[in-house]
Amino acid sequence: MNKIISKEYFSANVVKFEVEAPLIAKSRKAGHFVMVKVGEKGERIPLTIADADIRRGTITLVVQKAGVSSTRLCALNEGDFITDLVGPLGKATHIENFGTVVCACGGVGTAPMLPIVNALKAAGNRVITIIAARTRELIILEEQMKEYSDELIVMTDDGSYGTKGLVTNGVESVIKREKVNMCVTIGPAVMMKFVSILTKKYDIPTVASLNTIMVDGTGMCGACRVSVGGKTKFVCVDGPEFDAHEVDFDEMLMRLGGYRDIEREELEKLECASGAGKR
Amino acid sequence: MDYNQERAQSWRADLRSAMKAKERTDLSRVHMPELDPEYRSHTRLEEVNRGLTPEMAMAEARRCIDCANPTCMDGCPVSIYIPKFVKQIEIGDFLGAAKTLKETSALPAVCGRVCPQEKQCEANCIHVKMKKEAVAIGHLERFAADYERESGNISVPEVAAPNHIKIAVVGSGPAGLSFAGDMAKMGYEVTVFEALHQIGGVLKYGIPEFRLPNAIVDVEIENLKLMGVNFITNCIIGKTISIDDLKSDGFEGVFVASGAGLPRFMDIRGENLVGVMSSNEYLTRVNLMDAANPDSDTPVLIGKHVAVIGGGNTAMDSVRTAKRLGATRAMIIYRRSEEEMPARLEEVKHAKEEGIEFMTLRNPVKYIGNEQGRVTHVVLQVMELGTPDASGRRSPVEVPGATETIEVDEVVVSVGVSPNPLIPQSVTGLEVTKWGTILVNNESMQTHIPMIFAGGDIVRGGATVILAMGDGRKAAASMDSWIQNRKNS
Ligand SMILES: Cc1cc2nc3c(=O)[nH]c(=O)nc-3n(C[C@H](O)[C@H](O)[C@H](O)COP(=O)(O)OP(=O)(O)OC[C@H]3O[C@@H](n4cnc5c(N)ncnc54)[C@H](O)[C@@H]3O)c2cc1C
Ligand SMILES: Cc1cc2nc3c(=O)[nH]c(=O)nc-3n(C[C@H](O)[C@H](O)[C@H](O)COP(=O)(O)OP(=O)(O)OC[C@H]3O[C@@H](n4cnc5c(N)ncnc54)[C@H](O)[C@@H]3O)c2cc1C
Ligand code: SF4
Ligand code: SF4
Ligand code: FES
Repeated sequence: MNKIISKEYFSANVVKFEVEAPLIAKSRKAGHFVMVKVGEKGERIPLTIADADIRRGTITLVVQKAGVSSTRLCALNEGDFITDLVGPLGKATHIENFGTVVCACGGVGTAPMLPIVNALKAAGNRVITIIAARTRELIILEEQMKEYSDELIVMTDDGSYGTKGLVTNGVESVIKREKVNMCVTIGPAVMMKFVSILTKKYDIPTVASLNTIMVDGTGMCGACRVSVGGKTKFVCVDGPEFDAHEVDFDEMLMRLGGYRDIEREELEKLECASGAGKR
Repeated sequence: MDYNQERAQSWRADLRSAMKAKERTDLSRVHMPELDPEYRSHTRLEEVNRGLTPEMAMAEARRCIDCANPTCMDGCPVSIYIPKFVKQIEIGDFLGAAKTLKETSALPAVCGRVCPQEKQCEANCIHVKMKKEAVAIGHLERFAADYERESGNISVPEVAAPNHIKIAVVGSGPAGLSFAGDMAKMGYEVTVFEALHQIGGVLKYGIPEFRLPNAIVDVEIENLKLMGVNFITNCIIGKTISIDDLKSDGFEGVFVASGAGLPRFMDIRGENLVGVMSSNEYLTRVNLMDAANPDSDTPVLIGKHVAVIGGGNTAMDSVRTAKRLGATRAMIIYRRSEEEMPARLEEVKHAKEEGIEFMTLRNPVKYIGNEQGRVTHVVLQVMELGTPDASGRRSPVEVPGATETIEVDEVVVSVGVSPNPLIPQSVTGLEVTKWGTILVNNESMQTHIPMIFAGGDIVRGGATVILAMGDGRKAAASMDSWIQNRKNS
């Protein structure tokens, strides 16, 4: 049981929590994640550790409502307890001074990108962050990203905010403008796939942080497996970050869809019950 | 008292003379009452074996001739004093029988249910040499342990005065639990760290309720708590805290019982299609996360045509679970013949009664999927048993050109597990074998780092509950003498 110390809304669908977890606060590094379970019958979901305060013994999670489990979590308030929380898991991000780094994120990938942008900046990189979404309402964490980045580019598909276009248009405009040493991408698998194709064309080393479906998060089940360079890897222990140019995104896309129908049903049930997070 | 003296005690001598050995061996084995196969193949939570009644247990106990040389004990990895507890059952001293069991086994209610008896104690029963059915040692063991629990007379072992020496246990499977129990008895301050949100290891997340009810494991855990063992869930040693942290927190000994948690795949085409998963994933979803319960948030695919690859206990548990969740065809695909199957005999029998199809001498070579990436077919290579190799074992060889394609919508790969690499990776100086198991002194279970002991599947690779439990007990005894020696020198 981990106590929620504070809760803050970044937008209607994005919540920042500070959670009591002194041991994890002490041992975590940028790129690590935790598995969180809300309620006795809850699902275990992975969430990146956005920040940590060793002195106060807390970690920060930034959660975007996507389906049942993230919605249940977002319904919790200050003073409530998260039933189960374990970590830090995964391999830490390899951080060094690469030079100029483009961080391209979108959708559920924006929250986990935050600590990476922060760490890259702290290591002395010139960080150009690109946030992309379908439309204005879906742009999140703009303020926070701006604070940590040297430059922030906002892209919307429909042009309702920032520059009109896809995330790849944004990345390409930077590449054409200046020397880019490194690219990091987190977001929907399709998006990462196209970012990866683009940077491969320009021969820019690219890291993708893969958000596959997980069950235990400790290497025990294989639900999170992906093909990287023709070999099967477990994202929770071998990743979550991999050389994007080696990742089989088509396979990953296919696997992500595995439980879509069941999940939609669950969400409808939750919405009908209108008691999100009661358990 | 040694075995001969005990055997010479009047109550046992009288019992032996009360009935001729020949009469005893002529009795036929009492059958374990079971749920009706048709009914049970739809119920996931009800245990298949119902347990013996006191009358049945006493009748079965009568079959044992109380051998002067009880060979059955050689087959038991922890040398349970079998004739004694069986004879105690015969005279109706069920609590006494339970006590005898507990002298050597920490988890008799569990082992009575899940030990591969036909390869261990029962294989060595004198009856088998006489071409008769072995005494049902496992069923009797389960009976005595269940009787004690249900009678409410369960004895919490006496605990020595606290010695304030802190001991850490990594993992709460059978190895960790039995180690913790023994150390607590000796007065140590024991803390068990478990990575998952539930205590019990494979006993909870792997073996299904229809074979080993969680409630039984929970009673054992409650007992350990009463003995003062401290449990910390959601804590991964090597990640949340390191072994060095434990050391600086004042822990003087660490027992690593982290199991063989890593699923193996076969590396064949289509294995990453949607609907193909490891048995660990399948069983974890269903058992640990209760995914088949509509109240659970965790989803599980419900297959109609389910193929389970493998022939071990894990494969049987998976295929029988699939049947219970509504599969119309639930199939075991195994590359050797039924004779070589490593699963417990009883599970194979139960599976067959429940309508599981056994496709032996078949090996998957690839999976085929549809446009959504869901598995739709598996291609099987037909095998035959070749000539015996040096070890005398006939290994399967491909029948050239013979393949079969069958329709499936779910595949569970159950071809073994590898040791959990977390601890070996996070502790420098710990020696491991090329299979990734931790290297220990076989007598003391001590690793090359003196304060670290290890046992169970992390040392043996995938093994059994009783072996893991035995390792835990062995490690407790030797860690105790190691610590005492150090204190005294
Ligand atoms: C290593 C890792 C770190 C993560 N860090 C964060 C984080 O810091 N903050 C955050 O908000 N989210 C993060 N995620 C994603 C988060 O785990 C998922 O959003 C969550 O599991 C969704 O669960 P749900 O039950 O709410 O939604 P579901 O009902 O499971 O899904 C709802 C919809 O989202 C899609 N979806 C489900 N899981 C994912 C996923 N992993 N990636 C992309 N789409 C998905 C589904 O296909 C479905 O359409 C991370 C994922 C991984 C693997
Ligand atoms: C489905 C299935 C059916 C089986 N059926 C039978 C059977 O019928 N009969 C039989 O005798 N055997 C059976 N076995 C095998 C038997 O269960 C194992 O041999 C036994 O459980 C091994 O015990 P263990 O204590 O070594 O490890 P486990 O039971 O695997 O427990 C290890 C525990 O350690 C935890 N852990 C791992 N790493 C860490 C860490 N770093 N920090 C904290 N915790 C950690 C794990 O989460 C786990 O809970 C079966 C196995 C499976 C999977
Ligand atoms: S512990 Fe297992 S092997 Fe030993 S007597 Fe009991 S059932 Fe037989
Ligand atoms: S070998 Fe069989 S008959 Fe003899 S003591 Fe053991 S169980 Fe009894
Ligand atoms: S989530 Fe189970 S192995 Fe990665």
